[in-house]
Amino acid sequence: MVRLTVNGTTHDVDVDSDTPLLWVLRDVLGLMGTKYGCGIAQCGACTVHVDGRPLRSCALPVSAIADRPVTTIEGLEEDGVLHPVQKAWLDLDVPQCGYCQSGMIMAVAALLKDKPSPSKEEIDAAITNICRCGTYQRIRAAIHVAAGQRVSGVKSP
Amino acid sequence: MSGVPQIDRRLFLASVAAVGGALALGFEIPFGPRAGRASAAAKEITAWIVIEPDDTVIIRVAKSEMGQGSFTALAMLVAEELECDWSKVKAEFAPPHENRKRNRVWGNMSTGASRSISASQNDLRRAGATAREMLIAAAAARWKVAGSECAAANSTITHLPSGRNVTFGTVAADAARIAPPAQVALKDPKDWTLIGTRQNRLEVADKVTGKPIYAIDVRLPNMLYAAIVQCPVFKGAVRSVDETKLAGLKGVRQVVKHTDSVAVVADTWWQAKKAAEMLPVTWDVGDNAGVSSGTIRDEVRAGLSAADARVGRSDGDVDRALALAARRIEADYEVPFLAHATMEPQNCTAHVTAERAEIWAPTQDGETALAIAADASGLPPGKVVVHKMMLGCGFGRRGIFQDFVRQAVLIAKEVGHPVKLVWTREEDIRHDFYRPVAAARMTGGLDADGTPIAWKIRTAGQSIIAAVSPRVMQFGVDRNFLQGLLEDMPYDVPNYRVDFAMRNTHVPVGVWRSVNHSQNAFFKEGFVDELAHAAGSDPYLFRRKLLAKKPKQLAVLDAVAAKAEWGSPLPPGVFRGIAIHDSQNSICAQVVEASVASDGKVHVQRVVSAIDAGHVVNPLTVELQTESAVVYGLTAALYGEITITNGQVEQSNFNDYPMLRLADMPRVETVIIASGGFWGGVGETPVPPLAPALCNAIFFATGKRIRSLPLKNHDLRKA
Repeated sequence: MVRLTVNGTTHDVDVDSDTPLLWVLRDVLGLMGTKYGCGIAQCGACTVHVDGRPLRSCALPVSAIADRPVTTIEGLEEDGVLHPVQKAWLDLDVPQCGYCQSGMIMAVAALLKDKPSPSKEEIDAAITNICRCGTYQRIRAAIHVAAGQRVSGVKSP
Repeated sequence: MSGVPQIDRRLFLASVAAVGGALALGFEIPFGPRAGRASAAAKEITAWIVIEPDDTVIIRVAKSEMGQGSFTALAMLVAEELECDWSKVKAEFAPPHENRKRNRVWGNMSTGASRSISASQNDLRRAGATAREMLIAAAAARWKVAGSECAAANSTITHLPSGRNVTFGTVAADAARIAPPAQVALKDPKDWTLIGTRQNRLEVADKVTGKPIYAIDVRLPNMLYAAIVQCPVFKGAVRSVDETKLAGLKGVRQVVKHTDSVAVVADTWWQAKKAAEMLPVTWDVGDNAGVSSGTIRDEVRAGLSAADARVGRSDGDVDRALALAARRIEADYEVPFLAHATMEPQNCTAHVTAERAEIWAPTQDGETALAIAADASGLPPGKVVVHKMMLGCGFGRRGIFQDFVRQAVLIAKEVGHPVKLVWTREEDIRHDFYRPVAAARMTGGLDADGTPIAWKIRTAGQSIIAAVSPRVMQFGVDRNFLQGLLEDMPYDVPNYRVDFAMRNTHVPVGVWRSVNHSQNAFFKEGFVDELAHAAGSDPYLFRRKLLAKKPKQLAVLDAVAAKAEWGSPLPPGVFRGIAIHDSQNSICAQVVEASVASDGKVHVQRVVSAIDAGHVVNPLTVELQTESAVVYGLTAALYGEITITNGQVEQSNFNDYPMLRLADMPRVETVIIASGGFWGGVGETPVPPLAPALCNAIFFATGKRIRSLPLKNHDLRKA
């Protein structure tokens, strides 16, 4: 039995301790927004916040979480209001297939919490998730919008 | 027993409603409303359109959505003629089983070849116009006036002489009882108000909040999970499996053997995957175990001078013209296999009973999924239900071949429970239907003025058609392999010939975003640059001369050159390359600005891409698809390579089959030439020019002519 606090709710889950957090979230707790992409922490589709830090949950044994709180894409909204990163993503029509975007949004939300006004280099270093649809240009623009910066290069819809 | 994770019925319904929330609203109409879906009062005006009393319009979409934007653009085509308020529009997938039941009222559901708009725009605009006329007729009947005195706009019908008006929702029930008119007039394109405007995708809210809209997200009561191991050598088979090694493993329920794969079914996917990795399987691999990329390359290269080639197009007398040419230029090009690597790995959930098979699939063709599920389950097609889900990428991986659907149905049939089959990324990379290996031998002849008078192209490589519809092959050459080099080769060279020596391997091939254009543009646009260089001409002006009789191509080429300010000074170390290619009934030209660092690393700073796709429904989609295609093409050009050793794929995941990431994303500028008059494709067209435009820039940067991909195999350091 592993005790886990996800999006403010505590759960006792009966899983093998080596089960990656991703599969506990998806298959045990039914939180499907966090995605499986590679299983080796390469693509970031499974990014969640553990104690506020962005971690790739596909290669993270659930036993390693201990009592640190976990936040998933389902827990990013506050009182039914979209997180500024989600809002920017919505306004700039960032997603294409959308599959990687939960992980992208979680990675960016963590970045902006740490660095409210990140430079290009800081964004490049922090956002290493893979998007096979190639939404990177919109992602960069939406990061600046979410950070309250001026957008250049991409027209707002 | 450890027990299947129980999902209570209430949660299950909530999950279904979340999926349906924005995407499947109303589908039960008129088949009986269900909680979370359209209200009982919603009325199906035609098969395509349901209208709620509150004026919400639900437009049914026959094609799949994999990021390309059809879910939105196809709805826009209906809404344009319906004259409804776009802010009140929702869309849902028309289910394949309903399509079958209703005599294919929604047409062909296959989603590929960038044809979603071109193949359905006429039907969709007519569907919108038909429903509009029915709504007008209902309002006119209510007012006892002539329909000709009424007009519809913004979801409201107005009686023009009196100014009375009524909303669509109010008369929807009456309209649903009116016989559709036999004839409807479609708007003149100059009167379009929605088509041609930038609209965000209809499902964007679900995609930023993590809603369970993909097949991989499906959860059913009593559902089990399956992981699969497929024979690492293609065309091999299972010889034996030692199931005893799994005895006592927690959660493991069953091992299901098929000809070339073994699946482990367990209570959770992680248990299934771990057990599948532990399972000792002996394979019959046959002679293919001796095949490697080296042997394949030798065979393909031998095709470049073999006698068994079939001619695709022949103009003039190319051999004679080459003999007479003042200068003769020769070059061999080649490209490797490529995997699709959709972000959402292959998966399918199936529930098969004696009476019914039900599947949830990431499918680019729901009708093919239905046929496969029927065949695999042994049930008649009328007993199969297919739920089309949003796709986490498609790229051609999930249309013609839906191996994952067959596997899931076969497993679920044995198990009895609903089963969700999810492939690992490793299985996905190693069991794809790859972009074929291909090579080309180019021979060009210039006259004394540097004008090309002869161009001979010998291609060799693996045929997709031979695998997909071998019947077609009986009638001669696989013309599909020569996409972009046949009548669609726009350059005016009086003596021209292209032929193809088919060299098939045991590696499965399939359609990969832009299909054979992907390599043929690289061959053709690389070599035309070589001709320009040999002639001492500027590559842009050289192409202009060869396109003198092709005004549309010329306009696209000029547009990209103007936007990129071709010829203007660039920062030190940055160089331009240009390419143009016709595909999917559209024309795309690109200018790439790139530099090569002293360590040989290629940096792409900027891509300007111009496209003429005729009518443009949603310019925002064109921009997004251009950006997407640039990333797709650039990833392949820089890194893309599937290699074979001992008959099996060497790569396995994103660590050894890398993808472009944010830090390496160039600035992409899209120029849309909405010339009208035709409906061209968009999703694939900007892929083919990218690699040659980039390699042409690298030639200017380094003096090295790139004739094979990917670039990671080339040493581009300064000599």
